[in-house]
Amino acid sequence: MSETILDSSLFRNVYCYVAGGSEGCVSHGYSEGFLPAGYEWLAFAITAAVLAILFIQGALGGVLALIWGERRILARFQNRVGPNRWGPFGSLTSVADAIKTMFKEDIVPDQADRFLFNLAPVIMVVPVLMVFAVIPIGVGTLVADLNIGLLFVIAITSASGLAIAMAAWSSANRIAIFSGLRAVALLVSYEIPMALSLLGVLMITGTLSMTGTIEAQDVPFIIVQPLGFLVFFLAALAEMSRTPFDLTEAESELAAGHLNDYSSMKFGVLFLAEWAATVAGAMIIATVFLSGWRGFSPIPSHIWFVGKVVAVIFLIIWIRATWPRLRIDQVLSLAWKGLFELTMINLIVTAILTAAMADREADGSLFSAGELWIMAAVNWAVFFPSVYLIGKLLASKPYEDDSSEPQELYPVATEEKAFEGAAD
Amino acid sequence: MTLKTEPVTINLGPQHPSTHGVFRFRVTFDGEQIADIEPIFGYLHRGSEKLAEERTYAQVVTLTDRMDYVSSMLSNQAYILAVEKLCGIEPSPRGVWLRMIAAELQRIASHMVAIGFLLQDLGTWGTPLTYAMRERESVLEMFEMLCGARITNSYLRPGGVFMDAPVEFLPVLDSFLSALPHRIDELESYLTGNEIIFARTKGVAVLKPEIAINASLTGPMIRASGIDWDLRHRDPYDYYDRVSFKRPLHRAGDNFARYWVRMQEMRECITIIRQCVEQMEPGPVRPSHDDVPYLLRPPVGDAYVAIEGSKGELGFYLVSDGGISPYRCHVRAPSFINLTLLREMLIGTLMGDLFVSFGSVDLNMGEVDR
Repeated sequence: MSETILDSSLFRNVYCYVAGGSEGCVSHGYSEGFLPAGYEWLAFAITAAVLAILFIQGALGGVLALIWGERRILARFQNRVGPNRWGPFGSLTSVADAIKTMFKEDIVPDQADRFLFNLAPVIMVVPVLMVFAVIPIGVGTLVADLNIGLLFVIAITSASGLAIAMAAWSSANRIAIFSGLRAVALLVSYEIPMALSLLGVLMITGTLSMTGTIEAQDVPFIIVQPLGFLVFFLAALAEMSRTPFDLTEAESELAAGHLNDYSSMKFGVLFLAEWAATVAGAMIIATVFLSGWRGFSPIPSHIWFVGKVVAVIFLIIWIRATWPRLRIDQVLSLAWKGLFELTMINLIVTAILTAAMADREADGSLFSAGELWIMAAVNWAVFFPSVYLIGKLLASKPYEDDSSEPQELYPVATEEKAFEGAAD
Repeated sequence: MTLKTEPVTINLGPQHPSTHGVFRFRVTFDGEQIADIEPIFGYLHRGSEKLAEERTYAQVVTLTDRMDYVSSMLSNQAYILAVEKLCGIEPSPRGVWLRMIAAELQRIASHMVAIGFLLQDLGTWGTPLTYAMRERESVLEMFEMLCGARITNSYLRPGGVFMDAPVEFLPVLDSFLSALPHRIDELESYLTGNEIIFARTKGVAVLKPEIAINASLTGPMIRASGIDWDLRHRDPYDYYDRVSFKRPLHRAGDNFARYWVRMQEMRECITIIRQCVEQMEPGPVRPSHDDVPYLLRPPVGDAYVAIEGSKGELGFYLVSDGGISPYRCHVRAPSFINLTLLREMLIGTLMGDLFVSFGSVDLNMGEVDR
C-alpha cells in the first residue's frame, strides 16, 4: 500500500509532469516532460511554487469556510440566524470581511518595536501553513510525506506561542503583555501532554510518518487510544487557544490580547493564522485519531477526510458555544495534574500491550485489526476509571453545608438566624 | 542572574468590552494577581438629580427611566412612591397591582441581564446571554403592550399607572409565566451544575455577612451573604404585604451565591405576579385629575421611600418647597453602594476573576453615575 501512495504523491506527479525524463519518473509512467534535461532545478522550483500556491490557497479557502461556518453554527447554538446577507446563506461574509480588513489603515504604535511588530504575523502564519504540507488530504494527496511527519507537526506548531509573545511584547501594550505571558505559560504546559499523548500512537504504529500512521489504523485510533485522543484534543484546544483555554485573547478580560494594537492586514494575518491553526489542528486529529482519509469504497478518500475534519471542527465550535473559559491557574493545573497523569497511564498501558502483543520488531508488520480491537478493549477499560479518578481529583468541592435536599440551600431564614452574623 | 519582577499598573476601561458601560479600573497586578484596585467612575454622569430640580414632578419620571435603564420600572416605582408619600396621595388599587406586576416583570428582566452578562464575563461567547435575552425580550414586549415603550417606560404616575393594561395583556402574561419556569430550569440545568462555572465562581470574592452589613449592601448581594434582608418583606410598600413569597438565601457570599440567588429570585417573581393577577380587580388605574392634578404642588416637607430594586435598596429622597418641582432630589442607588466593597472583593484574586466578580455585583453605570 505504501508503494501506491508514493506513486500518486502530488509532488512527484507535478514534478514529473514538468521535468519528466529522470529515472524515477519514467518508472512511474512519465517518460517526457516540458523541460529538457539539465533543468531539474527549474522543475523543482516550479513544482514547489505550484504546490505552495495550491495548498496555501486551499488552506485560506478552508479558513474562510471555517469562519463562515463557525459564525453560522454559533448563531444556531444561540438562537440567532447569523450572517445571511452576502452570498447564499451569507457565505461571502468572510470575503467581505477580508476585503474590509485589507483597506483599513495600517497603524504601528509609536513605542512599538517595529521590527518585531512586523515580524510577528509572519512568524505566526508560516508554521501553520507549513503544517498543511505534511497532512494527506486524500490517497497520496500530500506535498511531502516526511518520515518525521508527527514530530514536524509538534515542533512547528510550538512557534505560535513564540509569535504571540513576540506580538504582545513588541506592541508595548500592557494588556497585550498579559496575553503574551499566558501564551507562553500555555505553550510550556500543554506541549508536554500533547507530545506524550502521541507517544502511545507511535508505539502502535512504529512510524512518525503521517501516511504510515493512517495505514496502521485498521481500527481508528480514537477507539484504540481513547486516553490519547482525549489528552491530545484538549492540548490541541489549548495550543490553538480555543475555548475553554482561550486565555490569550480572553475577550472579557484582555479585549483582544496580543491583537490589541494590530490593524489592517497585520491583524488579518494574525487572525487568519489562528483560524488556520484550528483547521490544521482538526486535520491532525482527523489524521492521527480518525484514520485520516480511510473509509469505505464508493465515497472518495478526499470526501472522507473532509468529513472527518468537519466533524472535529464542529466539536470544537460546539465546545466554544457552550463552555465558559477556565482561569489561568485552573488551566495550568489541568495540564500538570490532569492531562500529564492521563498520558502517563496511557503510555504505561500501551507499552505493556504492545510488548505483550506480537513481536513486531521481528517482521516489521503492523498490528492486525484483531490485535487493535483487543488493545481498544483494554484501553477503554482503563479509560473510564482513570478519567473518573482524575476528574474527582480536580473537581471543585461542593459547598460544605450542601445537602441532597435543594430546599436546604435557601431556607426562608428566621429573624434570629438571619442576623447571627451581624451580632457584633 | 536574578530576575527582577515588579507590579504593573493597568487601566482597564472606560473603553473595554466587559465594564458594563463606562467603568474604569486602575488595577495594579502582581503577575496575574490583583495587588491593588481603584475604581474610577463618573463617565456617564448626566446630573439627573440636578435636572430633576428643573422639572415638574410628573416630568421627573422620564429621568428615572434613564438612571437604571435595565430596570426602569423599578426606578419609576421608587420615585412615584416618594412623590405619593410627599403629597399624601392614596393610590388606586388596580394601579398598584399593575405596577407591582410591572415591577416584578422588570425584576425578572433585570436578573436575566445580570446572569447573562455575568456568564458573558466568564467567557461563554454569548450562548447563555442570548437565552437570557430571549426572556427579557418577552418581558419588554409585554411592557410595550402596557405603555408603548420597551426600555424607557415612564409607565407609572402618582397614584397608579397612566393606562390600564389592554385586554390581550393578561393572556400573554399568563403564557409567559407558564413558560418561564421551564425556561429557567433549562438555563439552570445548563449553568448551575456546570463544572467550569462552579470552579470559576465558588469561593471567589467572598463577602462575609458582617462586612456586607457594614458597607450597607442590599439586594441579592446581601442575600447571597446569608442575610435575609428584602424590603418587600421587611418594610412592605405597595401591596407586598398581601402577597407571600420565599426569599432565596445562600450562605457562601461568593460569586456563585450571587448568581444562584438571582436565579432563584426569578422563580419567586413568578409566584408574586400570579398572586397580583389573582387579587387584581377592575377599577380606575389612577385617581381622577381632580384629586391628583398633572401639576402637583406638594406641601413643604420631605420624603424618603426605599423599595427593593432589582439590585438592592433603591431609595428616592425628595424635598419640596411647595413649588411645582422638587427642591432637592437624591437617589440612593444600590449599584453605587454595592460597589463600595469592590476592593475587599477583588484584592488577592486573579485577573480572570476581576470582571466576573464585577459582573456579579450587577451594577448599571447609568445608576452609578446618574
